[in-house]
Amino acid sequence: MKHSGVEDWQDAGFALYVHWPFCAAKCPYCDFNSHVARQIDHDRWRAAYVSEIRRWAERTPGRVLRSIFFGGGTPSLMDPETVNAVIETAFDVWTPANDIEITLEANPTSVEIGKFRAFSDAGVNRVSLGVQALDDDALRLLGRMHDVDQAMRAWDVANEVFARTSLDLIYARQFQTAEQWRDELSRALTLGVSHLSLYQLTIEDGTAFGDRYKIGKLPGLPSEDRGADLWDITQELCIKAGLPAYEVSNHAKPGAESRHNLVYWNYGDYVGIGPGAHGRVNENGQRLATVAASSPHAWLASVEAEKPAVEETALHPSDQAGELLMMGLRLSDGVDLSRYERLNEAPLRVEAVRQLTDLGFLRIANGKVAATDAGRPILNSLLRELL
Amino acid sequence: MPRCTTGRSTRSSEALKPLPGGAFGPNGTIDGWPKPAHMPAMTELDRIRNFSIVAHIDHGKSTLADRLIQMTGTVAERDMKAQLLDAMDIERERGITIKANSVRIEYPAKDGKTYILNLIDTPGHVDFAYEVSRSMRAVEGSLLVVDASQGVEAQTLANVYQAIDAGHEIVPVLNKIDLPAADPERVKENIEDVIGLDASDAIPISAKSGMGIPDVLEAIVTRLPAPKGDRDAPLKAMLVDSWYDSYLGVVVMIRVMDGVIRKGDRIKMMQTGAVYGVDKLAVLKPQMVDIPELGPGEIGIWTGSIKQVRDTRVGDTITTEKKGTDKPLPGFKPAQPVVFCGLFPVDANDFDDLRDAIEKLQLNDASFSSEMETSAALGFGFRCGFLGLLHLEVIRDRLEREYDLDLITTAPSVVFKLHMKDGEVRDLHNPADMPDLTYVDHIEEPRIKATIMVPDEYLGDVLKLCQDRRGIQLDLTYAGNRAMVVYDLPLAEVVFDFYDRLKSVTKGYASFDYQISEYREDTLVKMSILVNDEPVDALSMMVHRDRAESRGRAMCEKLKDLIPRHMFKIPIQAAIGGRVIARETLSAMRKDVTAKCYGGDATRKKKLLEKQKAGKKKMRQFGKVEIPQSAFIAALKMDD
Ligand SMILES: Nc1nc2c(ncn2[C@@H]2O[C@H](COP(=O)(O)OP(=O)(O)O)[C@@H](O)[C@H]2O)c(=O)[nH]1
Ligand SMILES: C[S@@+](CC[C@H](N)C(=O)[O-])C[C@H]1O[C@@H](n2cnc3c(N)ncnc32)[C@H](O)[C@@H]1O
Ligand code: SF4
Ligand SMILES: [Mg+2]
Repeated sequence: MKHSGVEDWQDAGFALYVHWPFCAAKCPYCDFNSHVARQIDHDRWRAAYVSEIRRWAERTPGRVLRSIFFGGGTPSLMDPETVNAVIETAFDVWTPANDIEITLEANPTSVEIGKFRAFSDAGVNRVSLGVQALDDDALRLLGRMHDVDQAMRAWDVANEVFARTSLDLIYARQFQTAEQWRDELSRALTLGVSHLSLYQLTIEDGTAFGDRYKIGKLPGLPSEDRGADLWDITQELCIKAGLPAYEVSNHAKPGAESRHNLVYWNYGDYVGIGPGAHGRVNENGQRLATVAASSPHAWLASVEAEKPAVEETALHPSDQAGELLMMGLRLSDGVDLSRYERLNEAPLRVEAVRQLTDLGFLRIANGKVAATDAGRPILNSLLRELL
Repeated sequence: MPRCTTGRSTRSSEALKPLPGGAFGPNGTIDGWPKPAHMPAMTELDRIRNFSIVAHIDHGKSTLADRLIQMTGTVAERDMKAQLLDAMDIERERGITIKANSVRIEYPAKDGKTYILNLIDTPGHVDFAYEVSRSMRAVEGSLLVVDASQGVEAQTLANVYQAIDAGHEIVPVLNKIDLPAADPERVKENIEDVIGLDASDAIPISAKSGMGIPDVLEAIVTRLPAPKGDRDAPLKAMLVDSWYDSYLGVVVMIRVMDGVIRKGDRIKMMQTGAVYGVDKLAVLKPQMVDIPELGPGEIGIWTGSIKQVRDTRVGDTITTEKKGTDKPLPGFKPAQPVVFCGLFPVDANDFDDLRDAIEKLQLNDASFSSEMETSAALGFGFRCGFLGLLHLEVIRDRLEREYDLDLITTAPSVVFKLHMKDGEVRDLHNPADMPDLTYVDHIEEPRIKATIMVPDEYLGDVLKLCQDRRGIQLDLTYAGNRAMVVYDLPLAEVVFDFYDRLKSVTKGYASFDYQISEYREDTLVKMSILVNDEPVDALSMMVHRDRAESRGRAMCEKLKDLIPRHMFKIPIQAAIGGRVIARETLSAMRKDVTAKCYGGDATRKKKLLEKQKAGKKKMRQFGKVEIPQSAFIAALKMDD
């Protein structure tokens, strides 16, 4: 709207996020929009996704689709037919990029392993596998339904079937020592990984862990210092293995980064469909934040009634600037300053930038502002100064 | 609430036998007694008995008072509620009496005559020792109530000595004999051993069931002396207490010594010289009942468009404007705050509300002083003076509760006397005001004489605590398996969480009381706290030099836990003058990042960061360091 020529999102591209809201069981730490359902009518879900894609396509005509991401929940529980229909429809209504990335999150249980080929046939070319830990006791503490053996089998099959794979681990778990993590991560790095998501365990409100934490019944969590030590070990080992962090919690061999997630962090446009899915969509020069009803039932019914329960809010450019900064500083590469200034219609807080650069937490180079290796682990503190 | 008709033991009905009817009537009075007669204008001295009740907390003073009021039909049964004389809610909740209160009871004695019994109920707490002493001077006798299952406690002692000082006749009363653990014979011995009072005629009662109450009433008449006084002499009355009433303005409680006070009189307060008209004259039963005049020996209240309680002084002498006495009653002392602390609003916008609230409370409390104070740490607030720690707590609670304020209270401190090199003597109320030491010759601090009674198994811990607090042992005696220790202690050490420590080392079994004794020189220093090399005024304190290091270390350690990490490391130091005596370093923040942040999280996480940022604005800024208010509160609550 304000700026001429190129719309802001074009810096980062356009992607589709599909949320599958069901899991076989709810994990005690998880605050994602995931539900356990006794029965799922896959045909109805398929139809609903397809209808939503068509509706959004009308509002975003002619876009080049860089990525599709099936997230959850546990999308590996989807009917491959549904995955197929989503991909087919998306290809029909938008122009897929030649190198389009199509990712599906998978849990490493036997049920899902058996479906990997069907997902691949449907067009999925990347799998992100929720291994979470390489230790059976730890997996039990996390309430997971798989063990390490199963995870390894899933990993092997995934690598046979899909061109690209990624593996998720949760660390800074209860009772986890630095030595144990060093050992565990080293083993993960010998598995021939090219992309790793390494998340420090976060205790979220409204989860089983959150409730226990509040009453002091979640022992053995690391202190800030121990968490920081684990972070340092993570960076050290990943750099040595050639997978430096390209984002706070994501590590990849150069070129193996998740293109989908880069759309988020570079603050591109994405259509989000499915319960609780968020989107950022430029329409007629307005940037909309969209969020769908989180209840699976309500969402499905609303789509079927052709009154999709999706809230849309127009974002003020300065709010967009804030989001750009918040997402972009997560990346090692940082944020384009001129893009920020164009949205914000003002430069970044000069005094805060000076202080943080002096302290060695922020770096400005080549027209970009980025958190340094020292700044990234305290990014929230930097953001509180900068926002 | 006919509490006395239920749960009566066989012993209590036996005790009631001699009385007509032998049981309680439906309205709680005793059947067969004449209803209170019409009140005569003035009462003959020999028909008056004035008394107070001396007791350790929870030994049953309020219950006994209720029972006396109830059984004489002074208050209609439907108006009866527990703890009648404890007026304010806060008192009922805490079970303490703060203001003196009085009640006039008419009692038809066995000799066939009706007596006027005036009970003055006193606070009993050490903070109000002066007020208690004045109340004691207004009566001629005391009931010494001792819990028959407990024995004499420290507060019993302190108050009974006040009664003895006032020349009282004392009637020992053994309460709670309904309890299985009651041991009246042992407690009688205990009274004789510890207080040195003949307890052979002690009256066994249960204030709870009502047993023995008639004996108490009779003993008041037969064993306590009638007041003396000359009704033809010029008016001489003692101001016992005063309080603010939203309808009547200031209400003044008096005891007439000589002469007569009448409605419409012009009277003079001898200390202030102020003259007022007596608009209303009444007695308390305990609600006000107008009376045309009060003569010698009588206790009552008057009002006379006095604006604030400040204008009245407990212990002052009241006389008539014309032809008054020129000899005031002895023993008057101006109210003297001994403990000071800063009160600051948590939200700086509440400053005006705090000022208004303090002014309002002061209307009703002359002993509570205030002075505006500015602190770099805490902003605008007040340095307030109190009679003691309890007084401080009560006022602070009332400000928070009745005026809905959130307050930060700084560490309580005492008044130090600075003897300057030029000979001047200055009172230091606030450690932050400590002048440069080169101008100070020496410093004196208030000392107290503390009496602690404790089961002997905890004696060692109590002695250690007192020694640690720079105490000097004055006496140690035993009564049964309880030890009584008397210590000379610095008040400054006592206002600093001494009660809490005492309670915890004795599991709550110790009792404690004290009197201020004198000012004495000691090697006192001002300890400042520096955070990131900036002094934080609200955290400075006066300490003994020998204790400075350990206090300083404890404070630094505590602050290290209380101040959140910053992006840089922060030295926290305790210093005396320019010399650092303790130091801790708060490490720089090492981890503060959201692990997962995908498309859907942007809105929520940004809001969270913005909220946290707004929260930071509420912290106090010291140079580059932000200290949350909660850190001040917690740091000042330090227990070492
Ligand atoms: N068992 C028993 N309890 C009593 C008796 N007198 C008072 N109490 C209880 O002791 C507690 C303290 O009484 P209270 O009158 O408030 O004591 P005060 O602090 O001296 O005024 C209350 O719970 C009373 O109910 C009594 O004679 N027997
Ligand atoms: C949306 S989850 C879904 C993936 C899949 N359902 C699974 O659980 O394997 C994506 C990843 O987030 C991570 N995650 C979820 N909750 C987390 C938490 N509370 N703390 C840290 N990581 C978490 C896990 O590593 C998980 O694989
Ligand atoms: S962590 Fe994954 S499997 Fe577990 S409840 Fe969350 S989305 Fe479902
Ligand atoms: Mg009481």
